[in-house]
Amino acid sequence: MTDRAPFTSVTSRLAKLVRDDVDTDQIIPARFLKATGRAGFGAHLFADWRASEAEFPLDSGDARGASLLLAGRNFGCGSSREHAPWALLGAGFRAVVARSFGDIFRQNSLKNGLLPVAIDDATHAALVAWEGEVTADLVASELRFGERTARFEVDAFSRDCLMRGVDELGALLARLPEIEAFERRQA
Amino acid sequence: MRVTGRSLFDKVWDAHVVTDVPGGPSVLYVDLHLVHEVTSPQAFDGLRARGLPVRRPDRTLATMDHSTPTAPRRADGSLPFVDDAARAQVAKLEQSCAEFGVTLHALGSAEQGIVHVIGPELGATQPGMTVVCGDSHTSTHGAFGALAFGIGTSEVEHVLATQCLLQRRPRTMRVTVEGRLGRGVTAKDLVLAIIAELGVGGATGHVLEYAGPAVRALGMEGRMTVCNMSIEAGARAGMIAPDATTFAYLEGRPRAPRGEAWSRAVLGWRALASDADARFDREVSLDASLVAPRVTWGTNPGLGVAVDGLVPTADQAPAGERAAWQKALDYMRLEPGKPIAGAPVDVVFVGSCTNSRLDDLRDAARVLRGRKVADGVRMLVVAGSQAIKRDAEAEGLAEVFRAAGAEWREPGCSMCIAMNGDEVAAGKLAVSTSNRNFEGRQGRGARTVLASPLVAAASAVAGRIQDPRELLP
Ligand code: SF4
Repeated sequence: MTDRAPFTSVTSRLAKLVRDDVDTDQIIPARFLKATGRAGFGAHLFADWRASEAEFPLDSGDARGASLLLAGRNFGCGSSREHAPWALLGAGFRAVVARSFGDIFRQNSLKNGLLPVAIDDATHAALVAWEGEVTADLVASELRFGERTARFEVDAFSRDCLMRGVDELGALLARLPEIEAFERRQA
Repeated sequence: MRVTGRSLFDKVWDAHVVTDVPGGPSVLYVDLHLVHEVTSPQAFDGLRARGLPVRRPDRTLATMDHSTPTAPRRADGSLPFVDDAARAQVAKLEQSCAEFGVTLHALGSAEQGIVHVIGPELGATQPGMTVVCGDSHTSTHGAFGALAFGIGTSEVEHVLATQCLLQRRPRTMRVTVEGRLGRGVTAKDLVLAIIAELGVGGATGHVLEYAGPAVRALGMEGRMTVCNMSIEAGARAGMIAPDATTFAYLEGRPRAPRGEAWSRAVLGWRALASDADARFDREVSLDASLVAPRVTWGTNPGLGVAVDGLVPTADQAPAGERAAWQKALDYMRLEPGKPIAGAPVDVVFVGSCTNSRLDDLRDAARVLRGRKVADGVRMLVVAGSQAIKRDAEAEGLAEVFRAAGAEWREPGCSMCIAMNGDEVAAGKLAVSTSNRNFEGRQGRGARTVLASPLVAAASAVAGRIQDPRELLP
């Protein structure tokens, strides 16, 4: 993966999909995983829910064009497919705000410049009712909407990578001498 | 590094930390990197873009399983791929492995199979190792006392390039299972009970250690079934301390150490078990004797009941989960408040990295021997690897399946994931030994009931969800 645009802050209305335990098979069904590039997955985001639900929330007028997705608890549980964040990014999302995330999805998101924002229940409840714009500010590690401000946590290393728009592989490659020394000790 | 009271996890983790990035994650060394066709192509392209080699091809092992057909070759020798995209994905893996010098067990090779089945089978998975793969069920390998977890494609690239990952130390949880499993109750039922207890997100951020007499009593295949589904409770990994059962399984396998090296390895492996005073961030315990054969009624692996239990009503949902339960009930169209046994079944699938090993096939055959798959039911039995397929054929199991009217197919992920041509039609109900009953997992609109091979085979015979204990000799 090459370097990407730095992430500092995003302001947008919310697209709301307030469901718990949304698994990656819903985010991008397996039959779309045969493509061997990173592009084109956005068109298949939530493909089966979109096709089967008369009023899928992300297709409502309010949700269109939003770059922030409000989800429920344990968003992105299930498989390790990185195609899930690729699909969300491809559909125009820059951040997902949720009560919690599946571990692998969270890691995959951070590595692709999709910001996972985990918030407390009170803030979550307020956002469910909120109709205006929301700012996800990575520099301040704050979510702001109306008069409210909520802090969120992103570890210092991932935050730095996101803000500089660099890939984590660089940090690992810089450690190669230590990795080689480790291998010599192990052998 | 903690000085006293280290857990199995602590010991494996500590032994693999290359260095700590100040204020950030650890650089964790990876002993074994397993690769398959779906989550690796973009990673190999990443290496090409940077002009990097695979740093340790000797620690990298590839197979093809997800997109591969499970029907035999056509008369002209060609493989019946579901579509050109699947064919191209598999071809791309072949090309990448050839280009980067990675060992590949391709279709047609005697060692091909599901990635989490062949690692242990070849003796590549060993106690105390770190094992990763671009696949969440990598947790399977924890059955050997390895720290094994799934990673995304960016991380696949990191490991290919450096043999390391940036990881934060997870929390730990010990799941102690007292007592013993009853007749007709298997490792699958146990892990479904554990997931129901913890909830699908209950172990997020944790590595699980399974312990206690009921876990010690399991063979390696049962232990793999349990560790396999750790991710379904949200855990990155599940581990079981290696013991005599582990060593007996590994000894003599192609990639296991031999002679002097074997004795030395076993000595080291014995020291991996958690110290008596090891500390865990959380502890839970379960009584195995209270676990019945289980089936799921909902759309995640945590939503299940005993096979002789009732489909719940949405009113019984825990606080805050009523809407989710209602959605699951609506999707599954099982009758709330009624016994789940007796619900009509359309498809039965025995296979997947959870339950496609020889013991699993023996269980299914135990029920099917001398019986027929019910009219109108389609049953697929898919061995996890070519080796298991050969063993099952030699043992006469394949003949039992064929005689019962089941399809005996080529190894692969098959109907676990519905991207290779094996899938359940919309609206149909499948009893499946796989690991995920998410909406559409086995095909658009497919309804999945997770179960053990015993329950699956019994349900195939009955044509409805069936308690296997009534059919066992
Ligand atoms: S059998 Fe299913 S869960 Fe296992 S690796 Fe294949 S697709 Fe994944």
